[in-house]
Amino acid sequence: MFMFTMLKQRNGSFMEIPKSFLGYKRENGRAGTRNHVIILPVDDISNACAEAVANNIKGTIALPHSYGRLQFGADLELHFRTMIGTGCNPNVAAVIVIGIEPKWTKKIVDGIAKTGKPVEGFHIERTGDIGTTMNASKKAQEFVMWASEKQREECPMSDLWISVKCGESDTTSGLAANPTVGNLMDKLEPLGVHLCFGETSELTGAEQVCATRGATKEASEKFMKTWSSYNDFILKEATDDLSESQPTAGNIAGGLTTIEEKAFGNFQKIGNCKFIDVLEPAEEPTKGKGLYFMDTSSAAAECVTLQAAAGFNIHLFPTGQGNIVGNPIEPVVKLTANPLTVKGMGEHIDCDVSKILSREMNLSEAGDELIKTTLRVANGRLTCAEALGHREFVMTKLYRSA
Amino acid sequence: MATDIIIHDKKDNVGVVVIEKITPKQDCACWIMEDDSSTNIQSLDEIPLGHKIAMVDLNEGDTILKYGHDIGKVVKSIKKGEHVHVHNVKTKKW
Repeated sequence: MFMFTMLKQRNGSFMEIPKSFLGYKRENGRAGTRNHVIILPVDDISNACAEAVANNIKGTIALPHSYGRLQFGADLELHFRTMIGTGCNPNVAAVIVIGIEPKWTKKIVDGIAKTGKPVEGFHIERTGDIGTTMNASKKAQEFVMWASEKQREECPMSDLWISVKCGESDTTSGLAANPTVGNLMDKLEPLGVHLCFGETSELTGAEQVCATRGATKEASEKFMKTWSSYNDFILKEATDDLSESQPTAGNIAGGLTTIEEKAFGNFQKIGNCKFIDVLEPAEEPTKGKGLYFMDTSSAAAECVTLQAAAGFNIHLFPTGQGNIVGNPIEPVVKLTANPLTVKGMGEHIDCDVSKILSREMNLSEAGDELIKTTLRVANGRLTCAEALGHREFVMTKLYRSA
Repeated sequence: MATDIIIHDKKDNVGVVVIEKITPKQDCACWIMEDDSSTNIQSLDEIPLGHKIAMVDLNEGDTILKYGHDIGKVVKSIKKGEHVHVHNVKTKKW
């Protein structure tokens, strides 16, 4: 982190950062980088119907997942928050909700309807899959044809809500790819963007240093409380020293030895920014522009799904060994500094910053490259993960169902 | 000059290999990012890209410093120039 301040000074000529991007303006004042019409199943048993509708009506996407039955308490609240938040995300133009029964279906429809976007719910009981598929398909056709006429318009940079998460990290992540994201944050934060990092468990070892980056005493304390609670849970459930899980086998192959080393690398993603609040999983930020920490798992698809449900409209994903994750509604921009990853699996990498390691590129130049890539994707360029069909939509489940 | 090893912080006692691999007895050029300074080290092991090399002799119980911070403890003594990884370093957490 320190050395990169030096690099910034050495490279006096920063790129002029664009002031706007081309996005889809939504009814509630937010802007999307995508224009999806989604078919959202409330529960696992409604996946088949949702997928049938998406198969019938071209240009829609189904978001199948594994849960939604007999959940209760905080786990059920998180389920609803994730479902409703996904529908509310500005990358979504309109939503068809399909559940087995009317009550929970309506709860999700009502939550999404507050944004003012078109949303309609269907329940399967008393009608069956075939009848429900027909009814929902008719509405989905109407929605997708309506959405297809939406045009991109000029939107201020502050309409970008950028989430970050790293995966299959190695030491090149901490050396270069993660600091590149940090450099982007340092440059875009003054323009009023919303930013979000998470991965509570993967800050273990760096938690005290991370806590000092709270913008207020309250934010710092909230972070420590959140981290401690997650760490207590891990210690309670652990049956070994976690040496097969954290760091992962991929991390170890890439040279990362301990969770502490991984954590300090991870932490480079926030640059010099301070976080203004700590969010619950999938909680929408309400304190305005700036950086937020969200309490999430460190598993890629779970984390991105929660950040998308909180309203983030573009994601930056630095990787070392080559995580390939995508998300159905939030485009995931991949970057890596590992030259072997670029060489072996270049079809997954949107932004190559491997020249940092050979010192042919400095951090500020890499940050500028990432800003350019991010804006191209915000303006509509497909990410590698989108082109390759990565749509990992993974609900976080807190405990067993009743 | 080409850089073989990058060290985050002046205080660090390990560096990271940033070329495809270094071989035993290779004289390696190291760059310290914190203050843009340079140093050299001769390797004892073959060490692949992204893996760490000991910049000093380390004894069992010593702390590994990277990013200027504690990232774990030495569980088997390590000579300057040797490969540093899960076989000789463990977490202090979990």
